[in-house]
Amino acid sequence: MIRFDNVSKSYPKQTRPALRDVSLEIGKGEFVFLVGSSGSGKSTFLRLLLREERASHGQVHVLGKDLARLSNWKVPHMRRQLGTVFQDFRLLPNKTVGENVAFALEVIGKPRASIRKTVPEVLDLVGLGGKDGRMPGELSGGEQQRVAIARAFVNRPMLLIADEPTGNLDPQTSVGIMKLLDRINRTGTTVVMATHDQQIVDQMRKRVIELEKGRLVRDQSRGVYGYQH
Amino acid sequence: MRAQFVLSEISVGLRRNLTMTFAVIISVALSLTLFGGSLLMRDQVSTMKGYWYDKVNVSVFLCNKNDAEADPNCSRGAVTPDQKGEILSELKRMPIVDTVQYESADQAYKHYKEQFGDSPLASSLTPDQMQESFRIKLKDPQKFEVISSAFSSRPGVQEVTDQKSLLENLFNLLNGMNIAALGLMGLMLVVALMLIVNTVRVSAFSRRRETGIMRLVGASSFYIQMPFIMEAAIAGLIGAGLACFLLVSGQYFLVNNWLVDRIDVINFIGWDAVLTKLPLVLAIGLLMPALAAFFALRKYLKV
Repeated sequence: MIRFDNVSKSYPKQTRPALRDVSLEIGKGEFVFLVGSSGSGKSTFLRLLLREERASHGQVHVLGKDLARLSNWKVPHMRRQLGTVFQDFRLLPNKTVGENVAFALEVIGKPRASIRKTVPEVLDLVGLGGKDGRMPGELSGGEQQRVAIARAFVNRPMLLIADEPTGNLDPQTSVGIMKLLDRINRTGTTVVMATHDQQIVDQMRKRVIELEKGRLVRDQSRGVYGYQH
Repeated sequence: MRAQFVLSEISVGLRRNLTMTFAVIISVALSLTLFGGSLLMRDQVSTMKGYWYDKVNVSVFLCNKNDAEADPNCSRGAVTPDQKGEILSELKRMPIVDTVQYESADQAYKHYKEQFGDSPLASSLTPDQMQESFRIKLKDPQKFEVISSAFSSRPGVQEVTDQKSLLENLFNLLNGMNIAALGLMGLMLVVALMLIVNTVRVSAFSRRRETGIMRLVGASSFYIQMPFIMEAAIAGLIGAGLACFLLVSGQYFLVNNWLVDRIDVINFIGWDAVLTKLPLVLAIGLLMPALAAFFALRKYLKV
């Protein structure tokens, strides 16, 4: 599903590389936490997965494709097989919940009949059945994140990438979101989630990958968040 | 791809930047009006030049039967074949003469018809009213006086004219106006292009949320860029339509309803000249802003 071979990434104006010689493999259907303090390289790791950046050295394989060899015009196709969820939800404030989810299907040219059928199904799945007509501003943070997850999942992606999805939510709401991600994971979708949330990592007991100053310092199945922080 | 979705995105984008859209429309309209106007002015000049203008320097007009009664220079009657032969051979002997061409009355009639078409003045003429003439090209165009002094008082010659003197000043004026119009057009075009680039930048910025999400869910770059390019193209097309309207009303009010009534010796351009320019104006108005938007997007919209 995902393979990093000796991947390094340095940005032009920084002396220290953001990622240094990272090698790892993530299999199909895994649930992986990516932890580490700010500036440890988590974001760069996710950006490489999304092909927003290219690795400076080494190879990144996602969904069986070498991203360095993927030409620019094929990138959108690759991204259709990924779902992404962010800390700040990234919903369109002037569209309803249903339209926000439908947007993901519209821009890739899905026929309207199938959109009309799929959107309520996915909203049901994330626990927002019947709220298609509401505006994002009327919803709580947790509900907005559910909308974002619905949008990420509506294409039935093989891989779901979540960048601190609970970062803006209170602990109780976060648990709800984690249960939802866990359910999505059980349908066979691989989930990679960057997080600072110690409680969640310790509770879920999934594989934990820790980065520190761009290096891979820990890769532990059924791990915990760490010792300090 | 769904047309309705794209169209709604475009109309939202155009309305969001209403003032900028207006600025683009007006500057495109003005620059294309100047462009079309200068093309038409060139047509006008070449219409006025007629058949001989660029080919010869001096014309020696010979008396015909009408002139014999009306013109004091021709009081000794119409030109005779002997006189014609004499003038021709003398012209050919002069070292400053490069070439001499003889134009018969029928040829003159034909050229006149070509220039003036079916204007009321032309339709009242008959071939035998036309003058025969010698059309002379000089080795040195400044030596008009030599021909003039040698032939103007000769029997059978009605008049010797310097081809350039008559219209040269007018043409210089028109050419000057033409260059000024083209220069102004160039400036307006630069303004229009910069406005388009800026409009694209602003609308790419104000829609960065949408485009960011489109990117995340895997929309193709064509799909993301299309609304921006279409917006610029539509604004440009409206501007070009306005330019066409200005050109047509210029022809209608200024030329057909005003100049033609006041100046009847000049043959003005007709509708065909105006109408053939309109498709070009529309095409430029559509393509140029679209291209400008396309290049602006490479800079301001990450895809």
